[in-house]
Amino acid sequence: MIGPALVEALGRIVGPKWVRHRRAELRTYTMDGLPTRESYPGAVVMPGTAAQVREIVRLLHLTDVPFVARGAGTGLSGGAVADPDAVLVSLTRLNRILSVDRARRRAVVEPGVVNARLSEAVAPLGLYYVPDPSSQSACTVGGNVAENAGGPHCLKYGVTTNHIVQLDVVLPDGSELRLGSTHGEPWGPDLVGLFVGSEGMFGIATAITVRLEPLPPSVRTMLADFPTVRAASEAVSSVIATGIVPAAMEMMDRACVAAVEASIYAAGYPTDAAAVLLVELDGQADAVAAEADIVQAILLERGARAVRSASTPGDRARLWQGRKKAFGAMGRIAPDLAVQDAVVPRSSLPDIMDRIAEIRDRHALSISNVFHAGDGNLHPNISFDRRDADVVRRVHVACTEIMAACVEAGGSITGEHGVGSDKLGYMPLIFDAETLGAMRAVRRVFDPAERANPGKVVPIHACREWRAAPGARL
Amino acid sequence: MSDVVHGRLRALLGTAGVERDAAGLPRAIPDSADALSLVCRLAHDEGWKIRIEGQGTWLPADAPADLAVSTRALDQVVSVSPADLVATVQAGTPLEALRRRLADEGMWLALDPPGRPERSLGSIMATATAGPLRHGFGPVRDHVLGCTVATGDGRLVKAGGRVVKNVAGYDLTKLQVGGFGGFGIIAEAHLRLRALPRADVTLLARGMRDALTSAARDAMAAELVPAALELLSPALAAEADWVLAARFVGTDAAVQGDVRRLAPIGNLAWQPLTPDKTAPFWSLVARGSQGGPVTLRLGVLGNGVDDTIDLLAHDLDDNLLSAGAGSGMIRWTGDAPVERLRAVRRAAAAREIPMTLERAPWPVRRALGHFGAYREGVGQLVGQLRDTFDPGQCLQVALEGSGGDGER
Ligand SMILES: Cc1cc2nc3c(=O)[nH]c(=O)nc-3n(C[C@H](O)[C@H](O)[C@H](O)COP(=O)(O)OP(=O)(O)OC[C@H]3O[C@@H](n4cnc5c(N)ncnc54)[C@H](O)[C@@H]3O)c2cc1C
Ligand SMILES: Cc1cc2nc3c(=O)[nH]c(=O)nc-3n(C[C@H](O)[C@H](O)[C@H](O)COP(=O)(O)OP(=O)(O)OC[C@H]3O[C@@H](n4cnc5c(N)ncnc54)[C@H](O)[C@@H]3O)c2cc1C
Repeated sequence: MIGPALVEALGRIVGPKWVRHRRAELRTYTMDGLPTRESYPGAVVMPGTAAQVREIVRLLHLTDVPFVARGAGTGLSGGAVADPDAVLVSLTRLNRILSVDRARRRAVVEPGVVNARLSEAVAPLGLYYVPDPSSQSACTVGGNVAENAGGPHCLKYGVTTNHIVQLDVVLPDGSELRLGSTHGEPWGPDLVGLFVGSEGMFGIATAITVRLEPLPPSVRTMLADFPTVRAASEAVSSVIATGIVPAAMEMMDRACVAAVEASIYAAGYPTDAAAVLLVELDGQADAVAAEADIVQAILLERGARAVRSASTPGDRARLWQGRKKAFGAMGRIAPDLAVQDAVVPRSSLPDIMDRIAEIRDRHALSISNVFHAGDGNLHPNISFDRRDADVVRRVHVACTEIMAACVEAGGSITGEHGVGSDKLGYMPLIFDAETLGAMRAVRRVFDPAERANPGKVVPIHACREWRAAPGARL
Repeated sequence: MSDVVHGRLRALLGTAGVERDAAGLPRAIPDSADALSLVCRLAHDEGWKIRIEGQGTWLPADAPADLAVSTRALDQVVSVSPADLVATVQAGTPLEALRRRLADEGMWLALDPPGRPERSLGSIMATATAGPLRHGFGPVRDHVLGCTVATGDGRLVKAGGRVVKNVAGYDLTKLQVGGFGGFGIIAEAHLRLRALPRADVTLLARGMRDALTSAARDAMAAELVPAALELLSPALAAEADWVLAARFVGTDAAVQGDVRRLAPIGNLAWQPLTPDKTAPFWSLVARGSQGGPVTLRLGVLGNGVDDTIDLLAHDLDDNLLSAGAGSGMIRWTGDAPVERLRAVRRAAAAREIPMTLERAPWPVRRALGHFGAYREGVGQLVGQLRDTFDPGQCLQVALEGSGGDGER
């Protein structure tokens, strides 16, 4: 639905080889990490500079064409998938680290910089970029900003929003803005905080100033295995109640451990355990050693059968190996993997795990759990084959039931993967019509024509109508 | 007019829900979020201006308005969950009351805002006034998981949620924290708590300002993890010299280790405060900002701290001043004419340092605005966001100045 004239005009901005519009060329862009949504974009354009992004967006504004920003396409909620009437703006060529300020612990990066590359680049300075989604070797900082991504180490250090201080953004009408300040104090209302997590619907981030943190002098990783999921969940709460905040607390259930151990990523996890808990402490060596003793005692007291502990990089990597590769290992069980994401208050973990098991059994599905236990962020992952329509239906029903159960427990429908198109239908479970209306109205301040990533996040039919901002751009 | 307003409010809230302030202005005292939203809707329909008041311990409650809305009857701690370290609290709750309630259950809210202990939670959120603990625990927004807000036209918006990790929908809470009430009146908030630390130790070093700021940088480079590392002017600390205060909280081992590592830093005589002196010291610092009618905060990092204090000392004074050495925040309290304050803001802006007017009498707020001029294009966006949350412009809040700064 994107005409040849527009394709040509885009080519004039970026050079013809950076515009894709033939069906075969578009194939790679029809999906992101969500297996249940597939759509061909009208065209893909790959800008090489921020100035080109602005020109592209300006052109799309003048021609009234919707667009979708795309980083690495690892999103799990369908956020980076575009309809045929929209142009997909792929940002992977914008992959330069623009500057690093060691003294102030800041870096300025382009949005297409891959998360793990940034930490690697600043490691020689003794610094790192904290948010570490499991997809960090592929996903981009721009995508992280849009999704407010998390990761195992966000328990102690916070998620993406806690590490972004300034953003250069191109609004959907092609105008440019700088939000926030390098110092971290917002310049006016906290528009950086508002933009982070807006899932590509407020505009495109073209330069991102992040906080860097010093690499911890000492790290201790512990792996405990438990006879029941409940005991492991209770151990998590007991640790937090001491006031110790581990850098990470990650849990894997029996199904997940079995998948890992059956794969080439086998990490030597005990396959007869009902749950395996990874706890990582970091900080100064004396503090880490003392806290490790306390944590180990709690884990044993709460029923851990054994606690393995490692401090050298090699040994730690072995303990983490299974966790880091869990998604890959689960991906081998069946052709498709629905990676779910929901949150419950930590105290509800034991009950919700029972509920998920019950839902799994009732729908005869294969679910493995690997998740950020410390902050109650669940990832029940359903292995299935999308060619089987009946299984797809059961997967859908089970997901809906899991979401409802998490909401009932006082939780949320997503902790880090975003709403995208996948979770539109669940939004009314946690937000009333007034609040959804307010979200839409805020979106329309940034994007009055609703052309940036249309149709995501806010289920428009469920919104109470808010007055559009008077004098909103066009 | 005032009688009409008073009468309508009484019809809405009953006699107990309305009073008059010292100047005779009708003051609504809603005791629920729903009642608050009704008041806002009435004001919106009638075109009345609202002055937001928390516990009313603020400066002169002086914004010109047709009615005041006080959150002081919204003072319930709705729920506390020790297992989840989350509390739901109404916005008018005084911080001190909340602190006591949480301490009883072994928890705390790691915020130590300037001002008096009876400050309302809503005012701390609306003004985003974090204190020295910002170094270790982050700015106010990091403690707020979600909030319920009555908009200027009386809608109730429930932003965020009650869990620590949550990315459902746009993060509207960020707009409310630090929004100075310009995007609505906060009725209730979900807060992130922490387990009370086993150890809480504060050490003080005294000396020349330059020596102390350089010691603070050394402490950062040595990777100490203080909860607070605050430079305090002599008057603020009630001492003869400048003071660098380091506070460590956590397990005994972690705190003792950091105290040992601090000892050689800066060649200073670090003196620990005895436990009975610790809380009084920090509340003295918090209250210390009372020495003048105007309080500013400037965001600045690292080496910029010295330069910025020089700037303040030169253009204003360095009497009541504190600086978070690692958190990048300087707070100044005093008195100065509007033009001088405007000049400081301009000089700071030229160095890419944002300056926020935290408190001041209305004429100063009106002239300067809490934020003053924005970067190019941002002002239009903020204006439209305000229109969305307060279409009738009922909330009498001066985010931008009137004094012709324009956009930068
Ligand atoms: C195996 C696996 C593990 C994962 N683990 C985690 C995890 O631990 N934690 C976690 O949080 N997520 C995880 N994810 C999800 C995903 O990696 C993250 O959401 C990531 O942030 C997406 O980045 P991306 O570059 O792939 O973005 P994309 O998928 O390309 O895009 C995601 C969204 O961001 C928008 N966007 C992209 N760039 C920009 C920009 N510059 N400006 C504005 N909007 C933009 C897009 O429009 C889209 O809505 C995982 C995914 C996989 C496949
Ligand atoms: C000795 C002394 C020193 C002080 N030093 C400082 C200082 O350094 N920095 C500082 O910021 N304050 C300072 N203050 C102000 C002090 O902290 C006030 O006590 C405090 O702001 C008053 O809180 P309050 O509950 O009375 O709110 P108010 O003063 O009534 O309100 C404060 C501001 O927050 C807004 N507001 C209040 N509640 C809400 C709500 N629920 N929703 C939306 N907006 C709301 C109001 O519009 C107003 O702009 C000082 C006060 C004293 C007496």
